[in-house]
Amino acid sequence: MKKKLISISLASIFIIIFFVFYKGLKNTNIYTPDVKINYDIPVFSANLFYLNEEVNSANIFKKDKFYLVNIWSSWCVPCRDEHPILMELKKNSNITVIGINYKDNKKNAQNFLNQLGNPYKKIIVDQKGTLSIEWGAFGVPETFVIYNKKIIKKYIGPLNEESLIEIEKII
Amino acid sequence: MMKILKFTLLIYFIFSLNFLYASSEDKRNKITKNLRCLVCQGQSVYDSDSEFANSMKILVEKKLDEGLSEKQIYKYMQIKFGDWILYDPGLSKNTYILWLLPLLIFLFGGAIIYKKLIKKN
Repeated sequence: MKKKLISISLASIFIIIFFVFYKGLKNTNIYTPDVKINYDIPVFSANLFYLNEEVNSANIFKKDKFYLVNIWSSWCVPCRDEHPILMELKKNSNITVIGINYKDNKKNAQNFLNQLGNPYKKIIVDQKGTLSIEWGAFGVPETFVIYNKKIIKKYIGPLNEESLIEIEKII
Repeated sequence: MMKILKFTLLIYFIFSLNFLYASSEDKRNKITKNLRCLVCQGQSVYDSDSEFANSMKILVEKKLDEGLSEKQIYKYMQIKFGDWILYDPGLSKNTYILWLLPLLIFLFGGAIIYKKLIKKN
């Protein structure tokens, strides 16, 4: 009886371990972050791109208004792909598009905007890349939809037609 | 005599400053070693020289300067990026098996050995 009990429990332990490893094998080892939503936007002060003056986050984001924060850079190729979507969103009066210029050369960034158009109402400079991390981003491009000073939607990678429809539905 | 005393005090002061500096750097290194570089494969923020890791190092230093403790920084990163950012994740519903399975196996093995010993005696 005792021997039976031991062998049954041993077998069940091995089965459990087998399933844990089997499940682990199927997991991808490429990081896909949880798209956490509904958390507060970070409090920060940073320089503006055009005016060269310091601005506080409290002065940019007002309550009861929709904002779209887009992290971009002139050296980022997918940013070029999503640019027409941002230009489209600029036409919508319900949302304000704010840009965070990530680790970029000012001249290159200016050329980028002259060439493709400027969809941003304000551009914040993030020379060291720390501001983007405070937003919970780890690359470019990333986009956040903000309402009532909270992030309600996050897009990792370039925006596309689908995300445009989704954003227009939200606002 | 006073001169020697002053000199010793000065030396002591300089050394204590040095110690402070070193300890803050040690702390930064310790924290960045426990943070995973999200854009790399199997590297910590400390080991990596990627854009993301370099910004992360600056941010950790900034947070230390702001007076945040090691635990508060981990919590801060965990809120932003989830459990994956930590090499040493805490006990949560996703990590029960990770933490408890070795303990269970250890207890089970111990029980078998104990039983065998009792039988022998």
